[in-house]
Formats: sequence, C-alpha cells, structure tokens
Amino acid sequence: MMSEVDMERSDTADQIIRCREVHKWFGTFHVLRGVDLMVRKGEVIVICGPSGSGKSTFIRCINRLEEHQKGTIVVDGIEVTNDLRNIHAVQREIGMVFQQFNLFPHLKVIDNVTLAPIWVRRWSKDQAVKIAEELLNRVGIPEQAQKYPGQLSGGQQQRLAIARALAMQPKIMLFDEPTSALDPEMIKEVLDVMVELAKSGMTMIVVTHEMGFAKQVADRIYFFDDGSIVEYNTPAEFFLKPKEERTKKFLSQILTH
Amino acid sequence: MTDPFDMEMPPRVEIGVLGWLKNNLFSPWYNALLTVVSLAFVIFVVRAILRWAFFSARWEVVTTNLKVFMIGRYPAAEAWRVIASLAIVVVLAGLSWAFRKAKDRPIRRWLVLAWIVSFPVIGILLRGFGEDNPFMPRVSAEVWSGLLLTLVLAIVGIAASFPIGVLMALGRRSRLPVIKILCTIYIETIRGVPLISVLFMSQLMLPLFLPPHIRLATVMRALVGITLFSAAYTAENVRGGMAAVPRGQYEAAQAVGLNKALMMILIVLPQALRNVIPAIVGQFTALFKDTTLVVIVGLLELLGIGKAVTGQRQFIGLHQEVYFFVAVLFFICCFLMSYGSRRLEKALGVGER
Repeated sequence: MMSEVDMERSDTADQIIRCREVHKWFGTFHVLRGVDLMVRKGEVIVICGPSGSGKSTFIRCINRLEEHQKGTIVVDGIEVTNDLRNIHAVQREIGMVFQQFNLFPHLKVIDNVTLAPIWVRRWSKDQAVKIAEELLNRVGIPEQAQKYPGQLSGGQQQRLAIARALAMQPKIMLFDEPTSALDPEMIKEVLDVMVELAKSGMTMIVVTHEMGFAKQVADRIYFFDDGSIVEYNTPAEFFLKPKEERTKKFLSQILTH
Repeated sequence: MTDPFDMEMPPRVEIGVLGWLKNNLFSPWYNALLTVVSLAFVIFVVRAILRWAFFSARWEVVTTNLKVFMIGRYPAAEAWRVIASLAIVVVLAGLSWAFRKAKDRPIRRWLVLAWIVSFPVIGILLRGFGEDNPFMPRVSAEVWSGLLLTLVLAIVGIAASFPIGVLMALGRRSRLPVIKILCTIYIETIRGVPLISVLFMSQLMLPLFLPPHIRLATVMRALVGITLFSAAYTAENVRGGMAAVPRGQYEAAQAVGLNKALMMILIVLPQALRNVIPAIVGQFTALFKDTTLVVIVGLLELLGIGKAVTGQRQFIGLHQEVYFFVAVLFFICCFLMSYGSRRLEKALGVGER
C-alpha cells in the first residue's frame, strides 16, 4: 500500500507538480514550514486540516497568488519564481476556484467564461463562445448565459466559476474550499461537477472538508496542521488507520456530526 | 416560481388625498401650524419672484445681448461656425442616444471614432485656417468668449483630464516606486493649491517650458491649468473606486491568466469607474462652475461676459436680470450633467452584486 503513495519514486517524469521544502512567512508568522508534495498527472489530491493550518496559503503559492520565500515549486516543468513570464505561463496552465467565487460582476455569465480565452489565448470570439457554451452545459447552467453572475444562486455561481476556470483548458485545477460559502442544499450540485471533472482525468488539488468527496475520488488525502503536512495516505487508509494523534483528533471532530 | 394557488394579497391601504393631507400635513396641531407658515412663506417668495420677472424686470438687456452671451466677441460673420460645431455635437449626441441599446458593435465603434474625430474638427472649425483664408479666416482664441468659451473650457477640460486622471490613479497604485512617487507628488501638490493659483501658474510658467517660438494663446494656457487641476481630483476619485474593488477580483483575474494591464483594463477599471460615477460627475460639475475663475487671467467666459454686459451704457444697473439669466444657464448645464450621470449609473447598474 505504501508504495502507491511513495513520494520518492525514481520516475519523476509524470509528476506535474513538485513542491519541495516550501516555506512562507506572513511578516514574522511562519505559515508554511517546509511542505513537500508531488502530484502526478490525473491525480486528485485532497488537503484538509484545521483553519489557519496553511492549506489555502499553500495552494495559492502553487499559482503564485502568494509568494513562497524558500523551497521550490515546479509546475509542468516550469519553476515558479519571480520571473513574470514563468508566473504567467504557470497561471495559464492552472485553473482556480475560490471559496467566494470571485466572478466578474460586471460581465455576463457567458463573458465571464470567454474573457480569458479571448484575451489570453487569443481565440476568435466565435470559437470562445462555442466552447463556453459547451462548458456551461457541462456544469449544468446553459440557460443562464445571458444573465449576470449576481442573478444566479450560490451553487450556480460556483459552477460558473468552475466553467470559467476550465475555459482556459488548464492542466491542473485548484479548489480553495469551493463549498464552504454555499448553503447546504447547494453543496451537492457543485460536488457533482467536481466528481465528474475528477473522473474525466483532470489533475486536481482540492482544499475541502467534504470527506465524502475525498472518499469518492481522492487518490491521496493530506492532513495539514501548523504549516506542515502531518500525514497523508489513500482515503481508505487515512480514515481507517490514521497514524498521528492530531489526525485522529481532527477526524473525530469533523466526522462526529 | 410562485404558487399559482396562493392568492393572498398584501392588505390594501386606501386613504385618498384628504386622508393623506390630514395624516401628513395637519396632524397633530403643530404640523398644521408648520404647514400654514411654510405655505405662506413659499407663496410670498414665489409671488415676489414672479412679480419681478414678469412686471419689473427689463429683459431687453438679455434679449438684445443674446448673441453676446452665447459667443461674446466671436465675429458675427463667422457665427455659423459655432452653430455648425453645435450641430455636430447635437447630431452625434442624437445618434448615440438612438443607438444606445444597439447590439451592433460596428455602429458603436464608428460612433466612438466619430466623437474622437469631432474634437479636432470642431477645433479647426472654431479657429479657422490662415489670417486671410477666404472661407474660414482665423478667429484667434483670444476672442472666444461667452457661453462658447465656458463650454470649450469645460468640455475640453473634462475630456482631457479624465484619461490623465485615470493614468495618475493607476500610477499612484503602481509597484514601481519612481512612478508612484511622481504621481503622488503631482496629485498632492495640485490638490494642495487653489485653482486660481494653478491658473496663474499655467499663464506665467508654461511659456518657460515651451520653446520660445511657440506662443500658446491665453485660452490654451488656461485649458492646461484646468486640465491639470481636474486630473488630480479625478485621480483621487478613481483611486478610491479601485480600492473598493474586492481583492478577490484581482486574484481571479490573475488566476485566469490575465497580465497586469489586461487585469486593470478588463476587470478593475470597469468596476472602479462605475463605483465612482457620482463622485466624478460631481467633480466635473464643480469644474464646469470653476471655469468662471478664468476671468482672473483676462478671459471673458459666460459670467465675465455678464459682468461686461451690465456695464453697457443703455443697460446700466440691470445686474439682477443679467445674473439671473447667467445662473439659469449654469443651472441647465449642471442639471443636464447630473441627470446624465444618473441615467448612466442606471444603465451600467445591470446585474449589480
């Protein structure tokens, strides 16, 4: 079992994300204390942990919304450094879905999706619209194309955010607590889209406490606490035989209700 | 959707005119007293104004001088050029209004282009060509005056200061320290001095920076002063609007791969500018009224012309009529601006969060 999750495998060729010894400070506060994490193409990684443990900060370092100060992050062969070209190249390959959706309120639903492909990928408008319509269909809101984001429900907004990220045809998708701001009855519609995406072979890193989702599609679950990885394992092992005390305590807290 | 069988309606409230009057104006007794006193005061003031306007005011000072108020010392033989300029603006405004909802992008693009081209065209129209050009002889900017001058100062001032102000706002939020410091110094210096001193400075200092063979007309130098002044205030308004755009918008723009410039143009500025339409229009209204200050550098805009008219021998002492008329013209212009601003806010407010 361990060999399946072994990070030190010799073949690194299909590792699309490689993070080594990543450190970050906010002022003097040491948020990330040496995070090592590798992701192979097509894997779904779930990150959980108590709030303030640095899990959001960590995935935001991967697409450079935050700057890490020590260690290396390599995405699809490109190292994330201060070089703007590298940053843009990495950001083009990574789609991100936020807890607060962060849709563009001044643009129609369809324009939210087509904006980046038209301006960054330089697609023709017709081509962008065609693909955007397919994506809206895929996330189940094809009839909302001409509305504004503010006119949609929370679940629809988050599904639109997923479609917007997918429009750039990213190789990797990051999800930062995508269901935490949603009303309970809307969580499932978003998770359904994410499960479908995972099954289609997308490489995903998901920060979430939705353990049902983790059991269903995750290849590995990482448990963060105090800015470092306490332990990680396949979902089956992680839930049945957590090794560390902190993990056991966390699991008992989130699984009892 | 609503349940078709749920026929319960909100309770109807019917009070009628008398009921409304009683409820709002005449109960309890002190409200009745207030109503009567206020009504008496309003009637007294309105009656006095109407009596003055219709019986004692000598409006011939306005009607005789109408052309002077409008174009001042602009040669009467060339007045058609002002009218043609006005016609261009009216036609373009009408077309823009007619096509305001048009889905047809090419038409809108042509309209924007036409507006941009109209500025130099009107400039040439008003100024003319050479001294002895038979068709359109030069009318020196020194003789532009009256409402014409007020409008030129305000419109060019607004049109030029807006883009400069936006750039300054962007510069002040720049990460490059040199740009940031320069923009901050500019904005704070201009905001720290009165418009009058900026106007004086632009009259006296500007020639020092220009090569000696270029001599800018007083009007042009005043325009530079007004533009620089207004740009600093626009910059601060726009900066406020940008600060109100949530961080998440910047992050989402980066996450979809937009670079800094595209992020500003496509995501941040559209939201920031919509946030500050009321503030910016308010500031442009103030600018419109502040154009009256150019009288201190010897230019006769609408108010200055009014003052000159009261000095005419046959109309001596008719200050009230003249200033009332000038005030009404200013009010109409400012009202149109704030009316347009409210329409714009409504039109852009679609899909508000």
